[in-house]
Amino acid sequence: MKLDSAVTNSRPPQYRGTKLSTSHLSLFYGPCQALRDITLDIPERAITAIIGPSGCGKSSFLRIFNRMNDLIPGARVEGSVELDGIDIYHRSIDVVELRKRVGMVFQKPNPFPMSVFENVAFGPRRHGRVSRGELEDIVERSLREAALWEEVKDKLDQSAFDLSGGQQQRLCIARVLAVEPEVILMDEPCSALDPVATLKIEDLMRRLAEQYTIIIVTHNMQQAARASDVSAFLLMQGDICGVLVEHGPTSELFTSPKDKRTEDYITGRFG
Amino acid sequence: MRERSASIATAPDARTKGLQRRWRVNERVIEGGIFLASLLAIVVLLGIVAVLLRQGLPIFSHTPPWEFLFGTQWYPVSEPPTFGTTTFFVATIWVTVVATVIAVPIGVACAAYLAEVAPSSVRESVKPVIELLAGIPSVVIGFIGLLLLSPLVQSMFNLNTGLSGLAAGIMLSLMSLPIIVSVSEDALRAIPDEFRQAAYALGATKWEVVRHVSIPAALSGISAAIMLGVGRAIGETMTVLMIAGGALAVPVSPTQPMMPMTAAIASGIGNAVRGGLQYQALFAIGLMLFLMTLAVNLIADRVLERQKRRFVR
Repeated sequence: MKLDSAVTNSRPPQYRGTKLSTSHLSLFYGPCQALRDITLDIPERAITAIIGPSGCGKSSFLRIFNRMNDLIPGARVEGSVELDGIDIYHRSIDVVELRKRVGMVFQKPNPFPMSVFENVAFGPRRHGRVSRGELEDIVERSLREAALWEEVKDKLDQSAFDLSGGQQQRLCIARVLAVEPEVILMDEPCSALDPVATLKIEDLMRRLAEQYTIIIVTHNMQQAARASDVSAFLLMQGDICGVLVEHGPTSELFTSPKDKRTEDYITGRFG
Repeated sequence: MRERSASIATAPDARTKGLQRRWRVNERVIEGGIFLASLLAIVVLLGIVAVLLRQGLPIFSHTPPWEFLFGTQWYPVSEPPTFGTTTFFVATIWVTVVATVIAVPIGVACAAYLAEVAPSSVRESVKPVIELLAGIPSVVIGFIGLLLLSPLVQSMFNLNTGLSGLAAGIMLSLMSLPIIVSVSEDALRAIPDEFRQAAYALGATKWEVVRHVSIPAALSGISAAIMLGVGRAIGETMTVLMIAGGALAVPVSPTQPMMPMTAAIASGIGNAVRGGLQYQALFAIGLMLFLMTLAVNLIADRVLERQKRRFVR
């Protein structure tokens, strides 16, 4: 379980290709522009960290990839976003199918008001008829993958709210894994957790990155440096939010940033 | 009071620093008023129970409880009089069941639409209109039932008269609908949005979110709404008096004319001699009604409590 930071930091971005890419992406909430002309490739089976100060549009950017912004009245997207080369904002795209492939973990652990078992079974139950036996297998596999099984195997029928915050967040991750996504979006998944729980989640992310493409929004520079393979730095410029300043392998971005603003931010001069 | 403040003022530091205790009259008066108000509610409730017991229980020395509850003959002025209330009890059950079966699905669906689907402009204009429905006097509802609904029921089911438990139940459902919609909608809107977001992010459709997340999470509030609606249907008097038909036979189908318990009390009390046997019997029916609504409330409480224990954060 111990995270060896020396190993993970030196690990090269051994990705095989591009999973997601945006091209000249802009996002508007009514008259306000939240993202401005972002062109970025997200590598497959790696962890991409999106960093930047509060209100710069990190979360909005993350929600582009599973179209959660659709739920906000007046949100409008320009440019293109591709998942495996397919434009996910095309008219013919089924959002429900997209969200099965692109799962999401939220900032605050938000398990459903149901038992632990039912939380994990929620997705599989919605996406087709599954027998009780299959469901039990899926739940166990997902909980094991989320490193939670040993802690909850005796309380599957208890309310998810009986778990600790860190366990709840791993339950939320298990709930996403049960749908068998390809991409997992994480919106500051550790900001409500203590350092021990945070380390557990980061450790979990590292293992999940061998199979899944992970994008994480984080406020925590150390977390981005520790856990991610690639980083992208968003910033607001004047009154325009969501400008992509710089992106690249995390080791390079944190040791030799090309842009002065990136350097200022990661060394803590603002933000 | 003066003595008290004087004794406090003897503490030198408190006075010089403006910290001496003040006797806030307003606070005391308000506190006392609120306490009296809550006491009054309890006193009134106990008083009602006492009156019902005192006036109603003596009937059981004439008619044993068993006969009173399960007898079907209600002849209060025959010689000897018989007081069997099964007829009224069954009529109340029929009318309440019809009202509930109609009002609950429509009410919950309407609440779900308003809370989960409708744009806020629609919600803000529709909800007050629905709540206005609750303000229509029951006599007016009775008139409408008499004039419009009972002929319809008569022709639809080929009956001798449209005045029936069915017609009364339908009108009662209209009266409990606003309560069910309003309370359920509040319950649904109180569900944190993060549950919905999580479900959408897992690829749930709108219907699945409503059906499998919002409604289960709001179930305690929705069941409270249903109980309130049922309570209204059980206790409603004027509408059933006007359109249930008032027949004194045990109804075997809701399409028959019938006399629910409330209607029996309302129509009988005018002719009953004060303190007489019929008077006592009517109070005993009142006692039954009270116990029924009490049971509904207790069940609702139990359901809510269990729900809360399972789901509370």
